[in-house]
Amino acid sequence: MKKELIELRVNGRIHELAAEPNKLLLDVLRHDLGLTGSKRGCDDSSCGACTVLIDGIPMLSCTLLAASCQGQEITTVEGVAEHGGLAAIQQAYGRWGGAQCGYCTPGFMMTVKYLLANNPDPSEEEIRNALSGNLCRCTGYEQMYQAIRDAIEAERKGLAASSR
Amino acid sequence: MQKEFSIIGKPVALVDAAQKTTGLGKYTDDLSLPGMLVGKILHSPYPHARIRKIDLTRARAVQGVVAIVTGQDAPTSYGILPIGHDEHALVVDKVRYVGDNIACVAATTEAAAENALELIDVEYELLPAWFDPEDSMKAESNLIHENKPHNIEKEYHHVFGDPERGLAEADYVAEARYMANEVTHAAMEPHSTLASFEFDPQTGKQGRLTVWSSTQVPYYLQHKLSLVLDMPMSQIRVIKPLVGGGFGGKSEVIPLEIIAAVAARAAKTPVKITYTREEVFWAHRGRPRTIIDLKTGVKNDGRITAVRARVVQDGGGYCSYGPVTILYSGALLGALYDIPNVQYDGYRVLTNKPACGAMRGHGTVNVRFAFESQLDEICAHLKLDAAAVRRKNLLKPPCVTVNGLRVLSYGLPECIEKVANASQWPVRRGRLGRGRGIGMACSHYVSGAANSIIKSDMPHSTVNIKIDRDGGVVVYTGASEIGQGSDTMTAQIVAEVLGCSMKRVKVIAADTDLTPIDLGSYSSRVTLMSGNAAQRAAEDVRKKIEQAAAKKLNCSQEELVFRGDLIWRRGAELENTGEQLRAQGRIEGQILRESVLQERKEQDARDHLSFEEAVVAAIDFSGTLTGTGSYAPPADARGGKFKGAGVGPSPAYSYSAQVAEVSVDEETGQVTVHKIWAAHDCGRALNPVAVEGQVVGSVWMGLGQALQEEMIWKDGLLMNPGLLEYRSPSSVESPEIETFIVESVDPEGPFGAKEAGEGSLAATIPAIANAIYDAVGIRLREAPFTPERVLAALRAQKSQKKVNMTEGVDPERPVSFREHGGSLCFRGKGPTRHPLDPAVREQSKAEQPSPVGGDD
Repeated sequence: MKKELIELRVNGRIHELAAEPNKLLLDVLRHDLGLTGSKRGCDDSSCGACTVLIDGIPMLSCTLLAASCQGQEITTVEGVAEHGGLAAIQQAYGRWGGAQCGYCTPGFMMTVKYLLANNPDPSEEEIRNALSGNLCRCTGYEQMYQAIRDAIEAERKGLAASSR
Repeated sequence: MQKEFSIIGKPVALVDAAQKTTGLGKYTDDLSLPGMLVGKILHSPYPHARIRKIDLTRARAVQGVVAIVTGQDAPTSYGILPIGHDEHALVVDKVRYVGDNIACVAATTEAAAENALELIDVEYELLPAWFDPEDSMKAESNLIHENKPHNIEKEYHHVFGDPERGLAEADYVAEARYMANEVTHAAMEPHSTLASFEFDPQTGKQGRLTVWSSTQVPYYLQHKLSLVLDMPMSQIRVIKPLVGGGFGGKSEVIPLEIIAAVAARAAKTPVKITYTREEVFWAHRGRPRTIIDLKTGVKNDGRITAVRARVVQDGGGYCSYGPVTILYSGALLGALYDIPNVQYDGYRVLTNKPACGAMRGHGTVNVRFAFESQLDEICAHLKLDAAAVRRKNLLKPPCVTVNGLRVLSYGLPECIEKVANASQWPVRRGRLGRGRGIGMACSHYVSGAANSIIKSDMPHSTVNIKIDRDGGVVVYTGASEIGQGSDTMTAQIVAEVLGCSMKRVKVIAADTDLTPIDLGSYSSRVTLMSGNAAQRAAEDVRKKIEQAAAKKLNCSQEELVFRGDLIWRRGAELENTGEQLRAQGRIEGQILRESVLQERKEQDARDHLSFEEAVVAAIDFSGTLTGTGSYAPPADARGGKFKGAGVGPSPAYSYSAQVAEVSVDEETGQVTVHKIWAAHDCGRALNPVAVEGQVVGSVWMGLGQALQEEMIWKDGLLMNPGLLEYRSPSSVESPEIETFIVESVDPEGPFGAKEAGEGSLAATIPAIANAIYDAVGIRLREAPFTPERVLAALRAQKSQKKVNMTEGVDPERPVSFREHGGSLCFRGKGPTRHPLDPAVREQSKAEQPSPVGGDD
């Protein structure tokens, strides 16, 4: 298939590249842009390791055509660290052992980022439901809940400190 | 000595946590090299067939194809065990399972490689295939491996004590068949390998090989590559980048790891192969389907008199870790409790399915499920309390078990206490009303095998440390970080011994050019063995610092205290000013100009040194500052002398006790686990967050095997080779797990630490089975406890008919759907079969699907 020129906006930066019209967003991110944070864990969009945000909504980049994402804001795990430092959720995942092997973690980061952006104080059940599209084989999810609660707490304290 | 540790025992984030949460860490598939090709493998569509001819002409013509390799390009056989060299990276004579590796195409793009695969013409001669281990054991002809009569890979028969007499003395003997179906690791990262040759400047030909691979065992990979490629080990460098989970699935050499190197050799340019998820399921090496015939004799008070077990494992088409698995099943059967008489007959059987290998809780899990379930049945029969019976049968350490395992620390009693109290066991067991119940079970596991796979006297782990004038501590360890926290554990131990901050310590791990030999991450060996080596290396280097520091501080070496990046003479009053000094030391240490050093020298005698000052003094004193340490298990922990005694012995054993609370929906058969209380004796928790993570992860993985995970086969074809169909539990299916860390401080472990990563898994399955019995009075003897199996048992309970679930017989079974998990519902079209295939003959004999299962 002949390549076509496309323009993608990833983590706030514009990239112009040539890609086949049938090329998946995940492959473009990983192979063409070198953003290998998003992972491929399955063949059938069942694991969530490739989750990215498209205009703020979590989507599986393994089932999106790259060409169809033109003109949209794509956020990958590489774009989560804020203001040159780890985001609260990234630090909390480290502190609470939310990441063991870490292969699923980029996907979880994106899902949690969406969750907290839309529901700053989720209940345990809301957290569980939100995470259910991402698979983890190491942690049993337990320590992720603690990390998420810790991150919410840290954000709240951070906000309180900055509004003082 | 110091009253408490400064780093050990405190929760710390994994040293590579930020790499993982930012996506910046590199796993093998994230790597690429200039000119790198994509490798794709052609897999067998038949379970058992001889290969008559492979024609590559059409495939070679595809644009973009650079090289195609077949078995002829690497005809040397290999296997993880020296006694099991029965595999080829690419088959040379016949295929032995659906998914066996036939050829590999290296091409410029994935699409080109896949197109070429379609155009490889292979002529097969179909052979009768074996799918059920008990059928396979009767095989006279069409053997899977010609040198394995009756398709039996290995059998072991062990007798300890006098089981005959033990059973005769018993007041009650329980006997039943248990079965646990096949499960797989399903680590989130699919296997991946990148191989690249360098040109030798002298000969101008291909020289050194570098392999980046998702492996738990870089050293074994280097060893097998050397064997198959016929190259000296010194010419092969294996680098383990981040690994996205292993659980045993990456603890041996997986075909793609060798195929990538063979393809790179043929293509004369780097080749990367990454499995698809489906290929990962075919590569497998998971926990075999296990049939356990178990007999336990007890006195009326619950004291166990004897255990007799016959275990058959469905091992798949190759040896893999098979003999070790079947030996672990026996060795760990009778070593959790004090059982005076044990008889064990274990059969590892070959079938035409992907090879089974090591999986978390290697060998012990399924047998532990059977034993702990039977113990619960005995308690129910004799109306005894399950916790009390377990307490009655405890070992009395230090001791040696009946099969020769040395036990020094034994936290099991405390584990039982913790979970019984937390779950309010005495008042809640049997009193939650129909539909809800709690169950208890225990388990244990080795902290590394005391005898290595490749017989030799070399240490199992070695660690080197280098400290330079900048005060940075670089630790070189062969231990493989696979997410369990091995790098963090290493950094913690070194920092603790040297009294420096974690920040100073940089761990370089698992690169065979840089790091000394370590056997790898399997059988929960890393904390105990690499941890001990790290501790010894740090003590070695500390001694050199001590010599210099003692001179500087005018005191003896014994008087020195290393702590908080400072070294002082014991008794010096540093408690109040410690923080300030520490800050000073750090700033000065970073600069370390000669002028600063000079200034220091001119100062009066001081009562402390900063870490950098001490390091510089030591380097000035001895030229370099390096240390080394290694660990080999002690002779008296290496077990008995009988055949098969090599598997089971370990320097130390971890212990677990668990209580599970479940409810059973009698309409749908759905079992819901509400909570699991899990206590684990890990000796000492070096990093409590990591220990909890390992325990929760084990319990959770056990939960998957207990309720829903199962590999379903139809004529050797895997029916559920995807994460969606395999159904490991998601966040909504995962219960609350409350962990209790028990510290028995083992004399053999580094700071007393033992394993934490596997032992808890085995207790979860029987704890849930026992809870289901408490809830609705049905005894499920086949795992997983799917709604179908639960419903069948409930119907049997209602109609009061005897049902042996493990034989798939349920008289009340609806005819329209397969009741009993597994293969019968897939009596549709499988792959083409040989006319003499036992399954084909069976089918033509009886057109009706028979209710007696077992062609899987």
